[in-house]
Amino acid sequence: MTQVAALGAVERERSSSHRLLVAGLSILAILLLIASLSIGYAPFDLKQAALDVLAGRHTLAALVLVELRLPRVLLGGLVGFSLGMTGAAMQGLMRNPLAEPGIIGVSGSAALGAVLTFYFGLAGAFSFALPLGGIAGAFGATLLLFVLAGRRAGIMTLILAGVAINSFAAALTALALNLAANPFAVTEIVFWLMGSFSDRSLPYVWLVLPLMAVGWGLIGISGAALDALTLGEETATSLGVNLPRLRLQLIAGTAFAVGSAVAVTGSIGFVGLVVPHILRPLVAHRPGRLLLVSGLGGAVLTLAADIGIRLLPVQPELKLGVVTAIIGAPFLFSLIFRLRREE
Amino acid sequence: MEIEGKDLAVRFGRVTLLRQMNMAIRTGEMVGLIGPNGSGKTTLLRILANLRSPDEGTVSYAGRSAAEIGARRLSQQIAYLAQGADVHWPMRVETLVGLGRFPYRRPMQGWNSCDRAAVERAMVACDVMAFRDRTMREVSGGERLRVLLARALAVEAEMLLADEPIAALDPLHQLQVMELLRCTAREGRGVVVVLHDLALAARYCDRLVLLAGGGILAEGKPSDVLTDAHIAKAYGVDVVRGQKDGVPYLLAWLPTATRISSPVSAMERAG
Repeated sequence: MTQVAALGAVERERSSSHRLLVAGLSILAILLLIASLSIGYAPFDLKQAALDVLAGRHTLAALVLVELRLPRVLLGGLVGFSLGMTGAAMQGLMRNPLAEPGIIGVSGSAALGAVLTFYFGLAGAFSFALPLGGIAGAFGATLLLFVLAGRRAGIMTLILAGVAINSFAAALTALALNLAANPFAVTEIVFWLMGSFSDRSLPYVWLVLPLMAVGWGLIGISGAALDALTLGEETATSLGVNLPRLRLQLIAGTAFAVGSAVAVTGSIGFVGLVVPHILRPLVAHRPGRLLLVSGLGGAVLTLAADIGIRLLPVQPELKLGVVTAIIGAPFLFSLIFRLRREE
Repeated sequence: MEIEGKDLAVRFGRVTLLRQMNMAIRTGEMVGLIGPNGSGKTTLLRILANLRSPDEGTVSYAGRSAAEIGARRLSQQIAYLAQGADVHWPMRVETLVGLGRFPYRRPMQGWNSCDRAAVERAMVACDVMAFRDRTMREVSGGERLRVLLARALAVEAEMLLADEPIAALDPLHQLQVMELLRCTAREGRGVVVVLHDLALAARYCDRLVLLAGGGILAEGKPSDVLTDAHIAKAYGVDVVRGQKDGVPYLLAWLPTATRISSPVSAMERAG
């Protein structure tokens, strides 16, 4: 009995160290949120601006805070959280450290949806056309995925269907660029595809927040089943995991979270691949616990990268997707080397 | 509880693997499922565990179908240990054994003292306490198998269905695991174990089911099933028999009539 008590103590210690990790990452994310609010191209007093907003004074500082800084910072946190969490979810579902949120074709299709609104000139017609087009693209892709792969599809079929959808979306995106009416439209599309948080307004945040929250919820309730899936599909089923439902939850959750993220910010790669991988050892390789931690880590990385962009004296401003890819690709190389050593 | 399969048939494409098979397992007994490669042992075990449906026939659990019982309740009553040692992430040993408590999970709650005690008992029984803090990457192949067996025992289900649990173990741990499985059956639970080692099957199982040629070739007490004629028919081998302290043992032996040529001599002949 004393052994059992000791076991309980060890376990409590471990869960408290896990809580410490979650708290630490949360605090770091909040500090970065505040830092990100106070960094920008114009001289700006964050405290004064916040007081003005609270008092309802329509000063320039208040305007900059609400119209420029706040949407950028909130989107950075939300999109980073979504990418980190869905990356962990996809790696857990596929049981593969090289899986990423875009693997099921959602992000490529969301980008296509947004590009099509540019192409048909809807983006200029009303301001919500762009994100709505992206969201429509993401949902079209998810439906297509389930039609292609079926509800009881195995992992290989899902990955193949995702590859097929991704390449089809990329082909159609290239076609839109090819047929674009003028060079200006091409530039606009290409820059948007690179991914950025700048020049997004607060209503964009309110548009995607509920969709992302649904996605996080669907993924969040799958944690214990993802742990059980570590033992393989057959054993997980024998433990009572409903595999078709688990896949549906994780794929729909990823579609909600990443589809809406790409729809407002364009493609931001590598966050969903790199962050879960770095943080996995810190949660003792438990896929369920990795979900929240990886989400927070994604927010931290994205916010930090977005701060870095604004501190760099480079004009025009670097696109966030470009920066994450430049940081992420070498990391991927090192990851491949490490996996090769383990084989 | 009793698991009962009636008129089971399984086909892979045009190949019929099992046909017209009836089988029942009760708690309190240890049943060995034996037979040559490809005779359908794993498939039958998966059907009994409700992980695959038969192409014909039905499986009932204490007279009820799996759908009537429900996935959660069934997962508490039947523990399944798959062949091999698939573990996709290098979790800690103790965490992995704890996955056996998944069927009893309550939302937003961790393990209670009952879960902890079950995990502890399973780890002690499988002799994995010494490395419970290591990760699955830091244990050997045989240790991995024992951790996975502990995971299955931690379910504390009425029925344990294990697919070749001793295939990669050293002799001492083979004997220990077989003892452990027999103890589990003596405690009133049912154990079905797929085995290739006829000697251990004869020594430890209460009942053997010998699969061969698409059905049950023989079923019953080990001494009735493991006759020279049955073994010759199922496996195409002879047996050497002996006794130690009144316990009979047997050893597979290549029939004298069969000569298997070595690859070298076959090449010489071809050349």
